Formats: sequence, structure tokens, C-alpha cells
Amino acid sequence: MCGIVGLFLKNSKLEPQLGSLLSAMLETMTERGPDSAGFAIYGSDVLGVKLTLRGPDPATLAGVISDLETATGHSCQKSPRDTHTVLSVPAGAEAEVRAWLAAKAPGIDVVSAGQRMEIYKEVGLPASVAERFDLAGMSGSHGIGHTRMATESAVTTNGAHPFSTGLDECLVHNGSLSNHNDLRRRLSREGLTFATRNDTEVAAGYLTWRMREGASLGQALQSSLTDLDGFFTFVVGTRTGFAVLRDPIACKPAVMAETDDYVAFGSEYRALVDLPGIAAARVFEPEPAKVYAWERH
Amino acid sequence: MPTFDLRTASLRALNGALHALRPDTNETRWTVVNPDGRHAIAVGLDAPIQVEIEGNVGYYCAGMNKQASVVIDGHAGVGVAENMLSGFVHVRGDASQSAGATAHGGMLLIDGNAGARCGISMKGVDILVKGSIGHMSAFMAQAGTLTVLGDAGEALGDSLYEARLYVRGTVASLGADCIEKEMRDEHREQLFAKLKAAGLAGEVDPREFRRYGSARALYHFHVDNAGAY
Repeated sequence: MCGIVGLFLKNSKLEPQLGSLLSAMLETMTERGPDSAGFAIYGSDVLGVKLTLRGPDPATLAGVISDLETATGHSCQKSPRDTHTVLSVPAGAEAEVRAWLAAKAPGIDVVSAGQRMEIYKEVGLPASVAERFDLAGMSGSHGIGHTRMATESAVTTNGAHPFSTGLDECLVHNGSLSNHNDLRRRLSREGLTFATRNDTEVAAGYLTWRMREGASLGQALQSSLTDLDGFFTFVVGTRTGFAVLRDPIACKPAVMAETDDYVAFGSEYRALVDLPGIAAARVFEPEPAKVYAWERH
Repeated sequence: MPTFDLRTASLRALNGALHALRPDTNETRWTVVNPDGRHAIAVGLDAPIQVEIEGNVGYYCAGMNKQASVVIDGHAGVGVAENMLSGFVHVRGDASQSAGATAHGGMLLIDGNAGARCGISMKGVDILVKGSIGHMSAFMAQAGTLTVLGDAGEALGDSLYEARLYVRGTVASLGADCIEKEMRDEHREQLFAKLKAAGLAGEVDPREFRRYGSARALYHFHVDNAGAY
């Protein structure tokens, strides 16, 4: 199963409400995925890079960040939320920070990196995950959430979606891929690194690789139809973009609603009912093997 | 004219009230507001009543319908009117996949598009879609008609037994054992009757349609295929 929700705002007036709208959508999809939940929020831009770090508990993470600042000499802006902290590091310092973390703090995961994107994910019911991170209080231009019913790998925080393998890029997935091991080996030879044995992370890596090679988000998704084997409904976010793709057989459910103010995605329509103006929205089912992409200008 | 608001009344209360109706009931017009995409709304009806649902519904709406006329003023999720036996189900928006699956009778009218597997294993229902239908529609269809004013997706009528498929637009591809057949007067008459039942008499010309049906080559085991098993 698994549940996916996504909200891409066209009208900036709704930005302060992004978190509260997405939180309600995520909670509605609990029945489709009670094992873990996660979400990506595209909030305010920073000059450097926002690294979302996750530790085993808030105190341990705070201690590690303090040691990191002392060791590297960078004083970073910090925004702690439960087990995660968003650390704004100066442009150019990302590699140094990552290297220090890898060497000195193996229990700390870098969940995401980007100018705008922050990712939060934990094991547990979607409502409790959203509350722990105060999703309802977040603002931003677009966000993607996922409730997981695990099939291909264990119920762990690292197995929770969204997955991110590139700056400001994230992907959530309902379905399962059958050629992910082979593809992971091929992408590893291209220099990509993977943190888990999860099939979805490979799909995220595939899109990162394609876009690194010059493809647009839409082109990368188009070629994934040839190179990925399996069942999938994907929802993808980039710094300014939002896209949806279903496999050619359309195994996994998807429904979308579009108004002048937003584009919304849900695994079921139930997830969309609290959105403003939904009664007048154009509600449609995305067609199989067709890339739907929106871009903010 | 009872009205159910599904934000204040439970779905079970609605379906229970509809199931309790006697065949001679005077309460023949029902309105459901705030369906909010809930699944299994107005399923298993068996009375000559009208139910108007004001909004988008989830899965299996009006499933197993008998006699009743159900109008959905919005989008319908997976399996609308699945296994319908008689009556009339009208979707004013789009319908998701497996619309009218296995239905034995009655009519399913969809104003918008229908997703994949529309009319899968249909057994006598008349389905009319004003928009287009997705892939694998009428898969293993056994009886009834599927009329499409728009286009049909890939593998239309795969492994078809009987059933008549009328498509006005393009067909992406035909499934195994499904072929185009001659459109004779009897078919134009039948199609006209279905268009009329959908309120389209005079608006849509039956001569613009092509007919597809079973080549009947899969009915019996062919000894030349023995090596495949």
C-alpha cells in the first residue's frame, strides 16, 4: 500500500498554511501506511546549504552539532525539531561538514541537503510524526508527504520516505521496483552513494543522475519509464518544481486536484477534502506513463 | 426528501437507511452531501429510488446496485457501480479505474473520462463514457455494451468473450482476440438506443462509431498450442 500526498502552491498567499494543509492530508492517509511517515517541505531560501540532520535523540544531536562547530570553526544557524535539526552551513562548507560527520558522528544521518528543502521522517503513526516536528506550523511553497506500509525493506527511519539523493531533490514512492539492485550497482559506478538497500532510494538516485547529466525533471522522469522496472506512483520535488509519474499499468492509485491556487496530489481523494476551494477544483486521475510537471517561476 | 450530511451522520447510518427501504417506499429522493471521497457510499441498494451525491466519492460507490438511480456530482474513485445488477449510475465528473467492473445490468453513464480497465469482466451492463477510457478496458467482457465517445487506450477488449464495444475516436491498440467488426443496421439501432438512454439521441451520430468484438478464437483450446503448456 503506502499513501502519498503532495501540495504545490501557485498562490503565495497560501504559503503560511502549507504545513497545516499537508499535515491534515498526511494524517488522512494513515490507513494506507501506519509504519512510518515523512515529509519534505520547501521553505525559505538560505544563502548556503540547509542540511537536515537526524540523531538518535535531541540531546545527542545537539551535542554533536556543538562539537562540529568547535571542530570546523563554522558557527551555523540551527533550527532543532525533535530528533532532527536543520543546520545552515556556509556555501562551500558542505563537504567539510559531511566529512566530519561521517568520521566523527556515525550515528547522525544527513537526511537532506538543499537551499530550500528540509526532510523529516520517523517511524510511527503519521499524526504523531507530524506533531513531533510541528509540521502544522511550517510554511513554504510546496511539500510532499508519505505514509509507509513497508514491503521491500525493514520498518526503520532510514527506510521511511521521502528519499533525497541530490540538492533540493526528493522522491516519494508507492509501489515496488524489481530491478533496483542492478540499477544501484550501475548508479554507484556513476559516483552516486546510497544509504540503504531500499528500492525507492535507487529511483531517487536515478533521477539525480539523469538531471546531473543535463536532463530536466520531466525528461528524467520520461526516461525512468524505460529504465525502471516495477510498480510505481512517484511524486517528486525539486527546488522550484513538482512532478508526478505513474507506471504504464497504473498499478497504484493516484488522484489530483488543480485550482488557480494549487496543484494537489493524493493516493485517495479523501486526502484532499480539507483543501480550500476543493469543491470547485478540477479533479482528475493522472494517466499512466504520462509525466505531469509544474514549475514555479 | 431525506438529506444525509456525511460529516455529521455515519456512512453506515446512510447505507443502513437505504437498505431498510421497502419496495413501495415514498421516500424516493435522497441527497447525500459532503461525501468527501468516502468509500462504499450507497452500495447494495435495492429499491426504485434516486440518490444524488453532491461531491467526489471514493471507491466502489453504488456497487451492487439494483433498481436505484445514483447520481454522483463529482469524481468517482475505483470501481464505481461495480457488479451493478440493474438501475442507473451517472458520474458527472471523471471515474477512476475498473468502472462498472463485472456489472450484470443497468446503465453506467460517465460524463468525463474513465481510467484503466473500464468494464472489466462486464456481464451485461451498458456503459457509456462521454470522454475517453484507459488501457485494458472491457478485459474478458462477457456481455453488454461499452460505448465511448472519445478514445480507447491500449489492449481494448483483451480476451473478450462477447459484449459489443462501440468507439467513436481512436483505439490505441486491440487486445488479444478483439477485432473490428462490421457496423450493420442492427448495431446502429442498438447504439442509438444506448445513446438515447444516455440522453444523447440526436446529438451524437451512431454512424461515426466503429464496432469491436470477439474473434472467438480463444473459446476453445487449440491443439496447436499444446506445446505452450
